[in-house]
Amino acid sequence: MDFILNNLLSLILFVPVLAAAVLLVLPNEEKTLLRWAALIGSLFPLALSLTLWANFDNSLPGFQFEVWHTWYAALNSSYHLGVDGISLTMVLLTTLLTPIAILASFGITDRVKAYMILFLLLETGMLGVFLSLDLLLFFVFWEIGLVPMYFLINQWGSEKGERELWPGVKVAARTYASFKFMIYTMAGSLGLLLAIQMIGVTVGSYDLPVLFNLWPTIAELKGVGPMGLPIETVKSIAFWAFAIAFAIKVPVWPFHTWLPDAHTEAPTAGSMILAGVLLKLGAYGFLRLVLPLYPVEAQRYSGPLAFLAMMAIIFGAFAAFGQNDFKRLVAYSSVNHMGFVVLGIAAAAYAAGGNDAAIALNGAVLQMFNHGLSAAGMFFLVGVIYERTHTRDLNDFGGLFPLVPVYGGILVFTSMASLGLPGLNGFISEFLVVRGVWGVGVNNWSGFALFTALSMIGLLFTGAYILKGVKKVLHGPINHHWEEHGLKEIGVREILVMTPLIVLIVWIGVWPAWILDVINKAVMALF
Amino acid sequence: MQFPILSVIVFLPIAAGLLILLMPAGRKTEIRVTALAASVAAVLLSAWAYLSYDLAAGGYQFIEKVPWLPFLGISYHLGADGMSIPLVLLTGVVMLTGVLISWGVDDRPREFFAFLFILATGVFGVFVSLDLFLLFFFYEIAVFPMYLLISIWGWKVTREYAAMKLTLYLFIGSVFALVGALAMYFQSGLNTFDMLELEKAGFSAGFQQLWFPFVFFGFAVLGGIFPFHNWSPDGHVAAPTAVSMFHAGVLMKLGAFAALRVGIMLLPEGAQYWKWLILGLATVNVVYGAFIAMVQTDFKYVIGFSSVSHMGLVMLGFSTLTKEGMVGAGMQMFSHGVMTALFFAVVGMVYDRAHTRQIPELGGFSRVMPWPAVAFVLGGLVSMGMPGLSGFAAEFPIFMGVWRVQPWVAIFSAIAIVITAAYIIRVIGRVFFGPMPEHFAHGDHAVGDVNVLDKVAIVVICVLMVAIGVYPQIMAPLVESGVQNILRLVGGA
Amino acid sequence: MFVPFDSTMLLAILPEILLVVLAGVVLALDAAWQPEKRRWLGWLTVVGLAVAFILTATVSQPESEPRLLFGGMLRDDWLSFAFRLVFLFGAAITTLFAMDHEALGRKGEFYVLLLVSTLGMNLMASAGDLIMLYLAIETTSIPLYILAGFITTDDKSTEAGFKYLLFGAMTSAVMLYGFSLLYGFSGETNLYLLAGKLGELPMPALLGSLLLVLVGFSFKVSAVPFHFWAPDVYEGAPTPVAGFLSTASKAAGFAVLMRVLLAAFPAALPSWQGLIALLAVVTMTVGNLLALAQTNVKRLLAFSSIAHAGYILIGVVAVNAAGMNLGMASVVFYLIAYLLTNLAAFGAVATFGRVSGSDEMDAYKGLSRRSPALALVMLVAFLSLSGMPPFGGFIAKVFVFAAAVEANWIWLAVIGVLNSIIGLYYYLTLLKYVYLYRQDNLEEEQKPLPISRPYALALVLLVIGIILLGTAFNPWFEWSRTAAASLF
Repeated sequence: MDFILNNLLSLILFVPVLAAAVLLVLPNEEKTLLRWAALIGSLFPLALSLTLWANFDNSLPGFQFEVWHTWYAALNSSYHLGVDGISLTMVLLTTLLTPIAILASFGITDRVKAYMILFLLLETGMLGVFLSLDLLLFFVFWEIGLVPMYFLINQWGSEKGERELWPGVKVAARTYASFKFMIYTMAGSLGLLLAIQMIGVTVGSYDLPVLFNLWPTIAELKGVGPMGLPIETVKSIAFWAFAIAFAIKVPVWPFHTWLPDAHTEAPTAGSMILAGVLLKLGAYGFLRLVLPLYPVEAQRYSGPLAFLAMMAIIFGAFAAFGQNDFKRLVAYSSVNHMGFVVLGIAAAAYAAGGNDAAIALNGAVLQMFNHGLSAAGMFFLVGVIYERTHTRDLNDFGGLFPLVPVYGGILVFTSMASLGLPGLNGFISEFLVVRGVWGVGVNNWSGFALFTALSMIGLLFTGAYILKGVKKVLHGPINHHWEEHGLKEIGVREILVMTPLIVLIVWIGVWPAWILDVINKAVMALF
Repeated sequence: MQFPILSVIVFLPIAAGLLILLMPAGRKTEIRVTALAASVAAVLLSAWAYLSYDLAAGGYQFIEKVPWLPFLGISYHLGADGMSIPLVLLTGVVMLTGVLISWGVDDRPREFFAFLFILATGVFGVFVSLDLFLLFFFYEIAVFPMYLLISIWGWKVTREYAAMKLTLYLFIGSVFALVGALAMYFQSGLNTFDMLELEKAGFSAGFQQLWFPFVFFGFAVLGGIFPFHNWSPDGHVAAPTAVSMFHAGVLMKLGAFAALRVGIMLLPEGAQYWKWLILGLATVNVVYGAFIAMVQTDFKYVIGFSSVSHMGLVMLGFSTLTKEGMVGAGMQMFSHGVMTALFFAVVGMVYDRAHTRQIPELGGFSRVMPWPAVAFVLGGLVSMGMPGLSGFAAEFPIFMGVWRVQPWVAIFSAIAIVITAAYIIRVIGRVFFGPMPEHFAHGDHAVGDVNVLDKVAIVVICVLMVAIGVYPQIMAPLVESGVQNILRLVGGA
Repeated sequence: MFVPFDSTMLLAILPEILLVVLAGVVLALDAAWQPEKRRWLGWLTVVGLAVAFILTATVSQPESEPRLLFGGMLRDDWLSFAFRLVFLFGAAITTLFAMDHEALGRKGEFYVLLLVSTLGMNLMASAGDLIMLYLAIETTSIPLYILAGFITTDDKSTEAGFKYLLFGAMTSAVMLYGFSLLYGFSGETNLYLLAGKLGELPMPALLGSLLLVLVGFSFKVSAVPFHFWAPDVYEGAPTPVAGFLSTASKAAGFAVLMRVLLAAFPAALPSWQGLIALLAVVTMTVGNLLALAQTNVKRLLAFSSIAHAGYILIGVVAVNAAGMNLGMASVVFYLIAYLLTNLAAFGAVATFGRVSGSDEMDAYKGLSRRSPALALVMLVAFLSLSGMPPFGGFIAKVFVFAAAVEANWIWLAVIGVLNSIIGLYYYLTLLKYVYLYRQDNLEEEQKPLPISRPYALALVLLVIGIILLGTAFNPWFEWSRTAAASLF
């Protein structure tokens, strides 16, 4: 037991890899075995992270369960892990969603082994980002997550559709989407990579606690060759390099265009993880790196950032409303919802240290968690209906409620959570964000008040597109077309997938304190 | 007297090669088994040397020194430091995998393996030579079997042209380096070719600046430095699989290594003087190589130009004359060595089955040969510098080094990373995934899976790539200790 | 320096005595034996030369200080000793190659002529007097004229002999004129006494006579522009003879060249250095460039041997007055390496030509499939010629270039280096025929290429020698150095 507690983070991080290795030696043909092995393998990290949660001391600020080991001595980079409230929440989200997503992909029949291995590796990649306390290690895991996701979309994505990669070259839609996903993210990471290198060269260390102390106040670029630019400019550029890399991942308007494609083409479980966890990586990057490393720049540029977030909220909502593809609609809803996260972060950056900032940030982190739950649920439900009808066109549906009442009930419930119905989780976090941002902006000319106000329009449209989706799928006269096709009700496995999500949605909606306590301490420590 | 492990490593291949030459030509199986046994022994010995290198002591170890031509101060002087010992291991690995992959060579396998092993002796020898003359001796031995291997067993279309081009380029480079080396010898007045002595010669700045280009670029030709890289893609493409592996995997390192050991280490002030030029050329290598690779339609040319691009990174690392840059370059030599060996092995497997390397004509190979497909993907990721794999552990420090001397170059050459990603993804997508052409899937020319030996070779390489990427500490401290020695000479940061 | 006659002097000319005896025995037995037994004449010659070689090496080593014997006619020093061993070895190997040659093997007079020519070379290497030198050169040349034209039924061979004779006679005449001028200016014929007298001469007179003398030597070493005979003669002459011409005869030429230049013309050192440097550049470049276009292997080897004369001349240039540098030692070493290598090349060509009857490159297609062993010998020989380790040719080239760099003739070294690249090209081209190309519609494996015992013996000896020179080069180098040191 001591061993487990002492190495808790390493275990959480690498148990999925271990499980993947076990899967590797299992026979290809035993699909059921492979599925169960993957599921059980992914339950271990969940159990471990629950242990972590239980042993996490809320009252302490700073990082806990730190692990330190030499990793790349020549660069002064080390294997340094640790959790605080923010990362703990995210770790819980990741370890929770992975088994759910694996359970959701029991329907996969093509190359099950490779699929499951990729999923488990993906989990390690994501967890690594949340756990790293070394900038280089952070980057390592940041990029690693990309690869499995690429192949999940590229190989197990939707088989229909063709897109033009560039004029004259037509490729399968999933190839297009995965390529776009990869190139966007890699291009974004490139700036991040260069900025990380510069920081490393200047400070001579990649250890985050060290960097938090030194980098924000650094006065000259020691060790870096001649660039001919003043330090402020360099730091601003580096700030934007970080910000854009994370903004692409979140995604913030106008860097979001990869997301609808990727979501639409990804397999159901891939979309769940993509929306549920991968997008959080970007937001987490803002919280973990941008705010502590660039307090000055973050404050200086919080206005533009908030503007982009607001645009994401509004355009995400409008775009979602305009979709006829159910999955695309949900995809755009992610842009919309994640906009609130960034808005909260931007406001907090502007008013660093204030009470309103803390509220906004609390809301942002909670929104990350909540969106993880609801978006995963929504994508799963889209997947469920798609699996039965092989269409995602909203115009093909309508009047399904009488045919599949249980499914209909769950869909309505999840949609309400996404919409932000009071009493469910989404309401809490969005309220906190809006309250915090308004508080930041109300007494000055920073523009945050305006952003809040305009975002409320976005929120209004959130209601509109979600209701549109629900209406187009479920309501209306009974659908005889699908009745003739014998549309099946949601199955036990699928309900099992949704159960934990529903429970948490309600739980946080009713009593958010248990999670906000954890988040709050960490958020306060950020300043 | 301690066990002369380096001599054994160096001469084991050539002894095996001669033994093979003495066997009757018809006994192909026995010949192959002998070759395999020798290469396994070479790998084990080089791994042993790698593991028994005493990091705490540092410096040159396993030293053997016997006078060879006392009048001119030529000695048979071997020794390995942190920079060379990973390369010795690399050579062993490539030799083993090369033999495994070449099991199917049916035309005069006796001569094939014999020449390949003579080549291996030359390569091992260069990496562990501490005598300038000895280094040349082995260097030339490493070059000429290449000609025969390419022109006899190579791709029929371009082999003659490519082999001749390659040999002439390399020979021209090496003789210029030789003249430079002779100038050093006589200028020093120490009457010794011993490099450890020549390091202390204290050449005047003017002398160093004059002769550095001779020596450095003479060797760097083999390292594929722009604009002398032209031979390399042609050579890669024309060579038979195992030779491509050797060629890109090890031989190009030979050039870079010799340029480092003779050029930078013996003429440090010359290196300081010329480093901007090298930096510039290497940057061109990196970016231009990647661009050219992107527009190729021949699978093997893509890899060939990617080697040019990646070797540019090695040169880039050298040119920084900083700790990070050199450590990165050292790591990159190993990482690129195994990676590109893997690439060529896989290309060979595909070509052997499809009989074409035109990317548009291929497709869907992951279904019939999953192992090579996965390995190629892994190699591709290494090539893109994906974190967690060896390529990242190598490229990242190189870029850090470049940051130290010229940030704009770092920023500019980072373009290559995206381009690399683009062409790697394209190749993977077109060759291994996507629909398979009908005639490969069914009929007489249906494509089959690779055999066990191929899989063993692939796995060995993949394990190395992942291990170094996940935990660079298994190699980096070695390289770092070698770099410390270089920095002591260069006197840089 | 001059030593009065005593019986030990005979020991110093022991190899020459043995050669004369051997020639006499062969001549006698040739007359006595039935034609079918005459094949043994070859073995007899080989064994005799081997015995002479061993006796010379063991018994007739020179004393530590160079001596002028027989009234200054001969000089007994390490240089002549070394070269005499080289000639004996070359002659023995040539005999082995000739033994199974249809037109040569059973002819006693062939062996006699070969032995006499070797005798001439021995004297060339040790001549200390202009008169002796001229006699030696003629003793060498006249049998060689005959040998080149030995196959009277073959037009090409006859032409070769005649051409060689004409060129040889002409250049020999010019050289003799030079000798007479030297004598006229100084009143001395002894090389070692000339130097003192010539030092007082006006430069134009000195250089003029030097130039005339050089013509003769250039012919012997086939330096451009006195090389025209070489391709035709090599092509037409029986292959073993061509091999002998291109190695031993050339080595003898260089021995004389070195001795005369250093003994008689130290005063004009800078002048003749420039002259020889020019000669070296032209010789290498022309030889190599012309070799590129050849399709006949023997012609190719002829041009390559011209080019090699150029490389060796680099070593001659790179001498300094003190004599304590690499220059001459590198020349001696180069000559030894070159002799072994080129003999191996000609031997391989002879072996091949005997069976296939052709020396065209095209005929070499598929050789590695017909006879892997012979292909390997060609590989070794040609790579050594091109200067690749671990063969003697590499070390020799390195020494020569090193000598040039040491003596600050860097540009000359660079030109040599560039030339060796051209050389590499055509050597590799030939190897391409051997290893890569295939004959049309033929399974080469069905046409094996037998190698008879004398050939095998000679080739194995040469290959071992080439590799020894390339790896265990220290004793050879020390030997060369001792030989070269005795020049000064």
